Amino acid sequence: MLPKLLNGRRILSHQQVKFYQTGTLTVGNRLLDAEQRTVQATIDRSNSLDSGHRACQGCGEALGARYAIDSAMRATNNKLIAANATGCLEVFTTPYPESSWTMPWIHSLFGNAAAIGTGIAAAMKVKGKEDVRVIAQGGDGGTTDIGFGCLSGMFERNDDVLYICYDNQGYMNTGVQRSSATPGGARTATTMPVGPEPGADFDKGKNVPLIAMAHDIPYVATASIDRLHDLEAKVTKAMSIRGARYIQIFVPCPLGWGSAPAQTVNLARLAVESGIWPLFEGENGEITSVTKIRKKVPVEEYLKPQRRFAHVVKNPETLNVVQEIADRNIRKFGLLEEQE
Amino acid sequence: MLKQIEGSHGVAEAVALCRPEVICAYPITPQTHIVEDLGVLVKSGKLTNCEYINVESEFAALSVGIGSSAAGARTYTATASQGILFMAEAVYNASGLGLPIVMTVGNRSIGAPINIWNDQTDSMSMRDAGWIQLFVEDNQQAVDIHIQAFKIAEKLSLPVMVCMDGFILTHAIEGIDVPEQKQVDKFLPPFVPRQVLDPEDPISIGAMVGPEAFTEVRYIAHQKQKEALKLIPQINEEFKKIFGRDSGGLISTSNTEGADTVIVTLGSVIGTIEEALDEQDEKIGALTIRSFRPFPLEEIRSALKNAKRVVVFEKCFAVGIGGIVANNVRMAMSGTNIPVYEVIGGLGGRPIIRKSLHKLFKDAVNDKLENVTFLDLKKDVVDRELEREKQLIQSGSVAENVLRDGGVVNAAKTT
Amino acid sequence: MFQVRIHGRGGQGVVSAAEILSVAAFIEGKHSQAVPSFGSERMGAPVVAFCRIDDKTIRLREPILEPDALIVQDPTLFSAIDVFAGLSENGYLLINSKRSIEELGIADAIHLPEDKVRLVPATEIALKYIKRPLPNAVLLGALAAVTGVIKIDSVTEAIASKFPGKIGDVNIQAAESAYKLLSHNNQEELTC
Repeated sequence: MLPKLLNGRRILSHQQVKFYQTGTLTVGNRLLDAEQRTVQATIDRSNSLDSGHRACQGCGEALGARYAIDSAMRATNNKLIAANATGCLEVFTTPYPESSWTMPWIHSLFGNAAAIGTGIAAAMKVKGKEDVRVIAQGGDGGTTDIGFGCLSGMFERNDDVLYICYDNQGYMNTGVQRSSATPGGARTATTMPVGPEPGADFDKGKNVPLIAMAHDIPYVATASIDRLHDLEAKVTKAMSIRGARYIQIFVPCPLGWGSAPAQTVNLARLAVESGIWPLFEGENGEITSVTKIRKKVPVEEYLKPQRRFAHVVKNPETLNVVQEIADRNIRKFGLLEEQE
Repeated sequence: MLKQIEGSHGVAEAVALCRPEVICAYPITPQTHIVEDLGVLVKSGKLTNCEYINVESEFAALSVGIGSSAAGARTYTATASQGILFMAEAVYNASGLGLPIVMTVGNRSIGAPINIWNDQTDSMSMRDAGWIQLFVEDNQQAVDIHIQAFKIAEKLSLPVMVCMDGFILTHAIEGIDVPEQKQVDKFLPPFVPRQVLDPEDPISIGAMVGPEAFTEVRYIAHQKQKEALKLIPQINEEFKKIFGRDSGGLISTSNTEGADTVIVTLGSVIGTIEEALDEQDEKIGALTIRSFRPFPLEEIRSALKNAKRVVVFEKCFAVGIGGIVANNVRMAMSGTNIPVYEVIGGLGGRPIIRKSLHKLFKDAVNDKLENVTFLDLKKDVVDRELEREKQLIQSGSVAENVLRDGGVVNAAKTT
Repeated sequence: MFQVRIHGRGGQGVVSAAEILSVAAFIEGKHSQAVPSFGSERMGAPVVAFCRIDDKTIRLREPILEPDALIVQDPTLFSAIDVFAGLSENGYLLINSKRSIEELGIADAIHLPEDKVRLVPATEIALKYIKRPLPNAVLLGALAAVTGVIKIDSVTEAIASKFPGKIGDVNIQAAESAYKLLSHNNQEELTC
């Protein structure tokens, strides 16, 4: 059989794609009609973040980036340019002369990905190539901390950029330090589980999706790598809109969280189902949809597989604090069906 | 067309003539008028096909510029003082990525103490950042060099910083011959980037380079600056042919032939120095460095080789060692026995006046200059403060004490 | 070279005055350079601006230390700063005030022949024509009359180019009024 060429790669028509059926959250979901299947399930996905990169086993960010960008590529008919902040994603995908990116991609600095995106979008506009779209992306450190000024600037100007934050709740590239996205109680190299209040402080941190919404930008969403259809739908929707858009994707990090690589997707699911990571969409400053929790789980189930929370789980008081945070999220966003 | 306009306005018109496609604007005194005037040109429709972006910081100004330049757009921004420090990381990044951005620096001091007036410490803080740095003498040159800067930048794929003295030039209203669009179009071809972000031909820009190649990459950056030593005079010649004006290339000299003493300087102070030199009879010449990076070692050495002494007059210094320009000039003069004196003047906007220069020239020709001289330094005030610090542990703010000791009660009077 | 130093307060159009004067000289084909004193933008703060006029290129960048003409837009500055510093013996002095030198208490500070010193009720003239206390154009009209270093037509042309329309028109009227007033005074002095 003659091999077909796709993006310069050989694709064999008899190549089998394996799926594991685990209910309706299944990756790809081959039981659905072809047009309802995920981008990941299709043979003509762009593979913009190609295989062969150097991410850790079970890296949630690699999955998240691959999912998000393949759907953005499909939504833009492969006319997409990416700006990347310094961080794990940048490092594990590139060292010259190799690159996992089969799309135009630029890395400049840690704190300026959003501004680089603005510049690219401006260039496309002035050159009359507005069909070429722009995403900027970074981890939570590059987004919620050092890149926050540029991010807010890009938002308030409503520049035509989709910014994607891959949130693994800490500075993993530099050896797991606390960021403003690190949750209370978590052990990091700068919030060690020592002293009377072990781990990260509970009264610190910021919610950037809500801050993004406070800029009244056209589209904000949270997503999680455990539900591909939802994630792809949000990226696709974001690419159907012009102006500043923001998606924060929950991406567990086996290295930083002290979890088993095989647990990555499961942890993302538990974060959603416990209320720790609420999934919602906001348009022009208003929340327009939330993804309901189907079967609420106690936070302990989410915390237990992670060594960073070992001391939290052992202490009923702190465990209760985390449960209260999750319950507050559930109330605040109306995450349970019976609340309606 | 000859116009009586503010230096900043002249620069804005010159930049507009170069058909920039992206302009990033952030206010910082004293460059603000430039980006304001460009804003008017874009908003009024006089400058078309240009995105004018009000950014949230200097760091964003240059970062947006990096994005737009990497995507193939001719890009301009301007800054000064604290602004260039705030964008420092992006300054190095732009040159490392080889992006031909042109940036004006309206030269101003750096605090603390905060000071909005002119010296050249800001540009000097980025002298090793890999940018080409061109210092202009007057506003005609500011206009002409900006037009040349785009061509130099795009030929070499390197960013160019045009340094003009804040206030003294940016705010001075004088006659400027602003070129015609036709002339500029003839001189400056459209921008063809060396590499570009394009979905039709995807590449990765800005990836990591390890120890196995970093030295070579840096060496090539150095070589490129050396190439610029040839290119800058060449482009000046091309400019001369079309516009009929000479911007002097790497350096310019006046009366250096047969001079015993040569004053070496950068920027607008050469005007006052030349006026003062005309008023005296000693054999003193002057040399102005236009291109500080790359530093024209050969040209300077050759222009100074017959002098008995060299006096470097600079509006900046490296705390803890002395003159920055002087150090570079010494490198040019190494192997000769010609002494190089350093004079630091005009810091934080202190006026450089002929009276002080005359005393300086006199001391120079009589070899009475110290190795490092601070022009018009109020020695008594300095001594009092140093003594105070010896006596008291909690001696307070140096800046406040110096002002009080100097008898200045209302700083707003500074003229 | 003819050097003019203009003193006033932020908001009085000191910098504009220097610019207009330089443009007026430019219109006459002369070289000129206007430079504002350099400070933060604040209303009411003492402001100085300089203007040099010459037949050849002006290279000098120092502040004007020895002015050939001094314009004082606000007489309350006398107590705040030494506005007369460096004023040459043959210099001209124009002060915005309807009072006399003696009333202003500056007689001891001025060492100029009487015909070189002019008190101009510039604020009053400005209020009449411009309806705002902006003495700058008025004093430029007066400068043209008293020094002859610049023609009044050049001043009005420069005002029109800086402020096209009604604002320019009323400023031109104010400048011309001062020019007439001061020229008339000159005539009188010459005849007596």
